Amino acid sequence: MSEAITPLNGARFEGLATIEDAGLTGMITLRGDLSSKEVKAAVQNAVGLDIPAQRQALSGQGTAVLWMSPDELLLMCPYAEVAQIIAALEGALKGQHFLVANVSDARTFLHVSGPGARETVAKLCPVDLSEAAFTPGMFRRTRMAQVPAAFWLDEAGTFHLICFRSVADYAFNLLKTSALPGGGVGVYG
Amino acid sequence: MLILTCPCCGVTGEETEFHQGGEAHLKRHGPGASDDEFHTYMFAKENPKGVHFERWRHNNGCGKWFHAARDTVTLEVYGTYPAQTLEPPQDIRDAITAKRPGWTWRDFA
Repeated sequence: MSEAITPLNGARFEGLATIEDAGLTGMITLRGDLSSKEVKAAVQNAVGLDIPAQRQALSGQGTAVLWMSPDELLLMCPYAEVAQIIAALEGALKGQHFLVANVSDARTFLHVSGPGARETVAKLCPVDLSEAAFTPGMFRRTRMAQVPAAFWLDEAGTFHLICFRSVADYAFNLLKTSALPGGGVGVYG
Repeated sequence: MLILTCPCCGVTGEETEFHQGGEAHLKRHGPGASDDEFHTYMFAKENPKGVHFERWRHNNGCGKWFHAARDTVTLEVYGTYPAQTLEPPQDIRDAITAKRPGWTWRDFA
């Protein structure tokens, strides 16, 4: 068995915000009828969390459920538990119309933290990230400069940001440039 | 710049988060259609100055298709509505009539 590594391999940058590779993380795409009791029970059983409301993220200890679209969720879990969680989901949803796929190695996962985190992300995404408009627990899929990205904000003010693995370097360098000292705009105080 | 609201995920975003997908409410003519019907379906598109109906996709977001009614002159978006409709809903038509009385677009008014 080969040794799995993340595309950024632990990269870290400290500037106006701290940008760091969040490490190997299990990510599972689940498509199906999100309003059905079977899907709700399967997700509850697999990661111990409910189905989030529209454009919301629910997180637990090392796990999260993200609302991707009206018929799609992304489940975050420890990297080593992916196979077991997929088996649990497939067992629980047997006979239903659904799709479960392991996308852990197709994505890269970053943390953007620190006082300048909101501004660092807001410079790159066409989204209002002011404290009034974007609150912890909200999840947003959007565009980060030239690539698609998705992120949610936790209670500590850290952005958990996901994008495709193939653009990991591009995404990290974008965030790094956005967080370079001297580049502060101060729009969020 | 257009500001669109995706009816599928509720995001209000600017146009670079979306992608335009051509004219709305086309009736497809495929195998078995006459040459005239296919020609019209394929090539005869509206290019209005004013009210226009288009298909859009939230490609940097939830990925879903939807319809938008907008004005090609003022770039105002009158409203967006689900892709699974054959004609614009009444509230969208009313919103257009309020701004552009007497508008027509293909068979709609």
